[in-house]
Amino acid sequence: MNAVNSGRALPWALVAPALGWTLLFFVLPFVAMAVSSLTAHEGGGFTLSNYSQFFANPSYWQAMVNSLQVTAIVTVISVLLAYPFAWILAEQVPERWQRLALMLAVLPFWTSYVVRSYSWLLVLAQNGVVNRALTGSGLFGEPLQLANTRLATVTGFVHFFVMLLTLTIFANLKQLSPSYRKAAADLGAGSLRTFLHVVLPLTLPGIMVGAFLTFVLCIGDYITPQILGGNNELLMPQLVMMQIGRRGDFPLASALSIILMAVVTVAYLACSRWLKIERA
Amino acid sequence: MRALIRLVSGLYAIAIYGFIFLPVVVLVLFSLQATSFPIPPFTGPSLRWYEAVLADTRLTSALVNSLLVAVVSSAVAVTLGFLSAWGFARFALPGSGLMRGLITLPLTVSYLIIGMGLLVLFNWTGVPKSLLAAGIGHVVINLPLCFAIVYSQMGDHQINIERAARDLGAPEWKVLLLITVPIMAPAIFAGFFLSMTFSWDEFVISFLLTRFDTTLPVEIWNLLRSGLNPKTNAVGSLVFAVSIVLVVLFELMLLRRKPA
Repeated sequence: MNAVNSGRALPWALVAPALGWTLLFFVLPFVAMAVSSLTAHEGGGFTLSNYSQFFANPSYWQAMVNSLQVTAIVTVISVLLAYPFAWILAEQVPERWQRLALMLAVLPFWTSYVVRSYSWLLVLAQNGVVNRALTGSGLFGEPLQLANTRLATVTGFVHFFVMLLTLTIFANLKQLSPSYRKAAADLGAGSLRTFLHVVLPLTLPGIMVGAFLTFVLCIGDYITPQILGGNNELLMPQLVMMQIGRRGDFPLASALSIILMAVVTVAYLACSRWLKIERA
Repeated sequence: MRALIRLVSGLYAIAIYGFIFLPVVVLVLFSLQATSFPIPPFTGPSLRWYEAVLADTRLTSALVNSLLVAVVSSAVAVTLGFLSAWGFARFALPGSGLMRGLITLPLTVSYLIIGMGLLVLFNWTGVPKSLLAAGIGHVVINLPLCFAIVYSQMGDHQINIERAARDLGAPEWKVLLLITVPIMAPAIFAGFFLSMTFSWDEFVISFLLTRFDTTLPVEIWNLLRSGLNPKTNAVGSLVFAVSIVLVVLFELMLLRRKPA
């Protein structure tokens, strides 16, 4: 790095506000939450009961299992749907239309999160568009229970993450130098072989970044499962919010948040070698 | 074979576009519903629910609050992000890698947890729930983003221009304001714009940290309690329209900068 070394005070003055903000409003709250999680809700003494409750209470434990299952299903389906779509946009659509095609594909991405989930509720409701179409076509006599199910939660999530992953995978495919493909073709590989042995492996790191982003955003989201899944089956964020909302139990909510964060951290460490934010 | 691939590709693309646009089309269509339920059959078009939204002062003031929080928190986030990115890119600081890691750390933590932490802290220190509290939270989530965007664009070639300015006698603050900021304007703008959209959209932090005066997503959430309602469709369509205008403006500005 080509850095200048002029004086001591200036560089620190430049980075201090951002560091200070992060320490004061990100690290300190986290410490407060950690302390809170070790405090008894009644009385306020030191306790580990908030954590032991999580492991002892099967319904809390179940929420974590549900969260991991839903997140895994959503991540896999989203990648499988988004990759071919991004590939089509990058390879089959003429160059001059690509920007427009991509912009259109991610337009609903920019709507409000709450509104997007509500829209799916409209689509999947008892008398909604999908059920009308199904009963109207005579395929089903009775409307299906689609809203307030895990299927609805997964649908809402997949809708959002297909757009996100299309963006990241598209960028990845475009960054790929065409000489790789030419070299493969020159060496006699067909298009399928080129894809499987050259394009796919080279875009894998990008897929990993996208999949990790999906994992983090999905496992921490409260809106989609609350609006679409309802209270039949709780996910972790719903469980956390329930402790605050109904019972004002900050210590238990803190403990559950920290457990959730620990799970994300483990996932991060597991794929950290693919995830690097560095200077271009 | 090529023709077959094109056919399958076309069908697949149509299916995915259909999936992506289905909820948006249903949302906007039934916002024009004339009767009280946003479910088929369509009885419109009618603008009565848009009138209802504009007459609802809770919603309109929430909209103003949302814009205010988005603009102010994004300005703070991009300023702090830019200054620190400049500091790290131009000066050798001990422990630089560690500090950069710290600044980008909030990116890996979900909004719910950031909001929970602030709620516990503010609860202890007696900071009341308010738009300011939510705005602080929005800076926390957007600062790492702004930092990462600006830092990634700080190329070494720009150093020479800054050096030239210094050699010609410009003090540091002049180099910063007259050289670096204009060079980095696209990155600064991108950071600001992305922060705006994330803040405009953010729900859970605002939900936890505000009480009476709140932002639009939280107010829409409150509307949802009354079940399916064309008024919610109307406000949702309006939010969508605002976001689209922002995105299109952003695209146009990018295109003007880099004529393709």
